[in-house]
Amino acid sequence: MAETKTYREALREGMVHEMDRDESVVLMGEDIGVYGGTHLITDGLIDEYGPKRVMDTPISEGGFTGAAIGMAMMGMKPVVEMMTWNFSFLASDQIIQNAAKVRYFSGGQVEVPLVIRGPNGGGVQLSAQHTHSLENLYGHFPGLKVVSPVTPNDVKGMMITAIRDPNPVIFLEAGALYGTKGEVEEGDNAVEFGKARIAREGSDVTLIAYGRQVNLCLRAANTLEEEDGVSAEVIDLRSIRPFDEDTIVQSVEKTHRAVTVQEQWRWFGVASEVAAIIQEGAFDSLDAPVQRVSGAEVPAPYARNLELEAFPSEKQVTNAARRALYIEEK
Amino acid sequence: MPAEKEHSENGGGVATSSERLVDLYTQMVKIRAFEEACQKGFRQGKIGGYLHVYIGQEAVATGFLDSFKEGDKVITAYRDHAHALLLGTDPKEVMAELYGKGAGMVKGKGGSMHLFDVERGLMGGYGIVAGHIPLGVGFAYAMRYQETDHITQIYLGDGSISNGAFHEAANLAGLWGKDGMCPALFIVENNQYGMGTSVERTTAMTDLAAKFDAYGIENEKVDGMDVEAVLECAERLTEKVRETGKPYAIEALTYRTAPHGAADFFEKYREKEEIEEWRKRDPIGMLEKKLLENDAADEEKLDEIRSEAKELIAEAVKFADESEEPEIDELYTDVYAGADEYTGEE
Repeated sequence: MAETKTYREALREGMVHEMDRDESVVLMGEDIGVYGGTHLITDGLIDEYGPKRVMDTPISEGGFTGAAIGMAMMGMKPVVEMMTWNFSFLASDQIIQNAAKVRYFSGGQVEVPLVIRGPNGGGVQLSAQHTHSLENLYGHFPGLKVVSPVTPNDVKGMMITAIRDPNPVIFLEAGALYGTKGEVEEGDNAVEFGKARIAREGSDVTLIAYGRQVNLCLRAANTLEEEDGVSAEVIDLRSIRPFDEDTIVQSVEKTHRAVTVQEQWRWFGVASEVAAIIQEGAFDSLDAPVQRVSGAEVPAPYARNLELEAFPSEKQVTNAARRALYIEEK
Repeated sequence: MPAEKEHSENGGGVATSSERLVDLYTQMVKIRAFEEACQKGFRQGKIGGYLHVYIGQEAVATGFLDSFKEGDKVITAYRDHAHALLLGTDPKEVMAELYGKGAGMVKGKGGSMHLFDVERGLMGGYGIVAGHIPLGVGFAYAMRYQETDHITQIYLGDGSISNGAFHEAANLAGLWGKDGMCPALFIVENNQYGMGTSVERTTAMTDLAAKFDAYGIENEKVDGMDVEAVLECAERLTEKVRETGKPYAIEALTYRTAPHGAADFFEKYREKEEIEEWRKRDPIGMLEKKLLENDAADEEKLDEIRSEAKELIAEAVKFADESEEPEIDELYTDVYAGADEYTGEE
């Protein structure tokens, strides 16, 4: 059974599903209770579950993230909302120095079953301080898991998996897509981490992305088919750490060409990591250099036209694919 | 409304039995002997990294952990050897950790700054000043959420008081305490210096207990060199926190008579007279005096305690020295929990 739901509804459904089966799951964050949540993900839940399970916090990211780590070490399963991931820099000492490492430096004596979730990335004119894509930053640290679902079905299923995971999970939501709709499976649709999703099958070139760039790649794939007769495969990574190398390598072995797309800045990004994995795992299959499409190397601007210019566009993706195919750019 | 303050005076507590004082003395002497052995091991190059000893501060943890009850939790920063020893971890395991051996408390993965014995209540030593304090507040919330009557002892240094993590954590503790959801005892070990910078040189308002007023947390001070005074405070305050579910803070005035780290020339930032004055108030020396004066023990008994401690620690050193290094495969374990322990290796 599947129903059409928004990304927002599906995300909430994933959390509620786990809250109902496990009392140790609590939600905490800024304005998630009485106010209903800045993005209305948690609207009404405080009435249903009470303030001990749906905790409004002060604007104190380092403090409440650290407290959540402590709760998790005691066997609770907190789901912390970062109102936006931009605020997580204030909590990054807690996330990186405690959540990611305490299991290791305690010699395995503790677990940190913690989820930190919130909208990631830009696209809604929030300008420099409120626009970041942090998958490469958090993906860098052993001890963390990092996921970035883009479909409503995945956001629900991956939230269920994230809450059940005994490790700290950085849950990066496609903030610009909270209102988008898709089919969502009823009940328990847990989606395994570390498995990429083939969002569109194709044979001539592989487009690899995650988050809202997957939708961009799907549009680019349609254009390539219509305008160039090119069959593009689109891979949605979904999970940044752990990472599904096999699906990517197998796809490139089939298509011989790859374009990696990310919203974040080019240097030291996930797209570069994907390109490295392709050359390590599928070097002999490659017929062209791996192409990277990334955000412009500037802080995010405000004006709509500048913002559009700062993020990957469909045209950049189609032209990158054309370069990989040695056909003329448009 | 500022919390009402009570200031314990020296020996202001109820009279402690001779037997108990002798026991406390034994604990403190054991810690001192352990720390001196650490300094030696560090000089010999057997202990790597950083080393922060508890010499001069023994009465604080000894007094407060005397009121520790099963199920309670303890969290502290990196000056953590004493806490482990007092909670009952075998000195052999503590020393083996410092020596980087597989038999160490955390399998040789943490070293001096990261001692954990979760079974006995030690939720860790942490290396980032103030970074551990929010975790302790989280432990306390969980204790009430899980409907237990346990409490968390959060140890923090004077240096952490100027850090944002302290203020955020104290704010949350005060807030959650309003609903009886934060049974945390904050123990500020004010040893007068954050590394080489004195309290006066880091904050204009040097009454560290009073900092908690801002967060609605009751607080007081205690002479951290007088184990009997600490003991009295500990008994009273741990029970209060346990009963109310509200946090409480205590500033223990103490002094590190050793350098901050093992490689620190501490005369550079302190007056000789100051060190000498505090040494007169050495917690072990003061307790010895009290034991002799009260006929709780004679010189012979004290000698016996001292040599037993030395022997115990010598055994720990021998054990640590002779133990094997961790298995090389241990490098990749304990990164992730769960059946699919993912190692990060691709």
